[in-house]
Amino acid sequence: MSSTPKRDTKLRLSEHKFFQGFQSPLVELFQKAAVEQTFAAGELLVREGDPADKFLLIFEGKVALEIATAEKPHLTIETIGAGDALGWSWLFPPQHWRLDGRALKETRALVLDATHLRSTLDAHPTDAYRFVLRLLPIIADRLENTRVQLLDIYGA
Amino acid sequence: MTAVVRPEAISAHPLAPSPYVVRRRTVETSDTTTLVLTPAKSALPPTHLPGQFNMVYLFGIGEAAISIAGDPLAPNEIVHTIRAAGKVTNALTQLEPGQTVGVRGPYGTGWPLVEAAGHDVVIVAGGLGLPPLRGVLHEIFTHRERYGRVEIIYGARSPKDLVYYSELQAWRARPDVRFQTTVDAAGRDWYGDVGLVTARIPDARFDPAHTVAFLCGPEIMMKLTAQALEARGIRDDAIWVSLERNMKCAIGLCGHCQFGPDFVCRDGPVFSYRDVRRLFGVREV
Repeated sequence: MSSTPKRDTKLRLSEHKFFQGFQSPLVELFQKAAVEQTFAAGELLVREGDPADKFLLIFEGKVALEIATAEKPHLTIETIGAGDALGWSWLFPPQHWRLDGRALKETRALVLDATHLRSTLDAHPTDAYRFVLRLLPIIADRLENTRVQLLDIYGA
Repeated sequence: MTAVVRPEAISAHPLAPSPYVVRRRTVETSDTTTLVLTPAKSALPPTHLPGQFNMVYLFGIGEAAISIAGDPLAPNEIVHTIRAAGKVTNALTQLEPGQTVGVRGPYGTGWPLVEAAGHDVVIVAGGLGLPPLRGVLHEIFTHRERYGRVEIIYGARSPKDLVYYSELQAWRARPDVRFQTTVDAAGRDWYGDVGLVTARIPDARFDPAHTVAFLCGPEIMMKLTAQALEARGIRDDAIWVSLERNMKCAIGLCGHCQFGPDFVCRDGPVFSYRDVRRLFGVREV
């Protein structure tokens, strides 16, 4: 299985929840470099250990975020879908994925190249700060959710 | 309006159980069993409201408060879904058809379905919080025209911890409600959602100004869910929670279930979130 990249995308970054209301010339710069990709059910969007070289904005479908241990080779810890963003490992060293992202059903996403993203953000620090302010709540939500899941609140 | 105990529904002596016979037994999960009971001596059990509970007594072992999980519109039987969590509940989950238990009740307040009529309804259940809401689901499904949009979100520890599995399939297939199931963790044989119930709130479809929400599950789940619902614009007096405490007498005498100024057995278990929210953040209450 392989994803199908498409340059002449019809998906618009400005219509994704992550960028809604984000008034900045960066959005158009990112749009020009964005690639639409469709991932088949079962296909990996990102793989743990691989270089984190992209930022994905999901428009349709469902993605399982999986971690692997020797005892549980494919443990899903969260599912995300339309309107969600996938990936912040591209922003910080060592820029490797920390988990697998696997399509549970056909999934359409806009994929932004991490190198282009970082260089564009470096060149526009004010807008970059606003960009990061949109990314941080996602990270914080997932951290808080993981903490609650660790409590095993439904356990006996 | 909050439903209250109807005196005629309670045994002559407030602490005397009536004998009931186990008619059917369904193993829900590795530690949870559903029992269907009918009275041993009378034709019909007392009527109940969704959200109320019974004290179920196992002779020689003890008594436990168990929420009523049956359909109020099916009055000839009582349904209890019980998790084996202690001496009494361990023994209750081992009962077989034909065996006898003692039952007294129903007790406590029910879900305010009268207030929910004409409104969108959001139901969020976590773990064994679904059984106390099962009667609400039956009521809504039976009188669907009385309610607006209905969002049901059910969270569990893992796929194998979901109760009422066959009913879940039917509920999920209904075109007139949106039923979402999510678990804390799963393997690749699970194609549903994974994550907290709160993660499903932002996309839930309802009109915040005309919505009533019913929450039942671990207190931290209800607290986080109430916060997420408030963030969507639902007022705290339109959010209802069902609390669980160590209920012994069930009639507001012994004080074991005291929760601030209230006794959960008498004043609850269903409370307006507005009335109890201040205590949700207080440790060891």
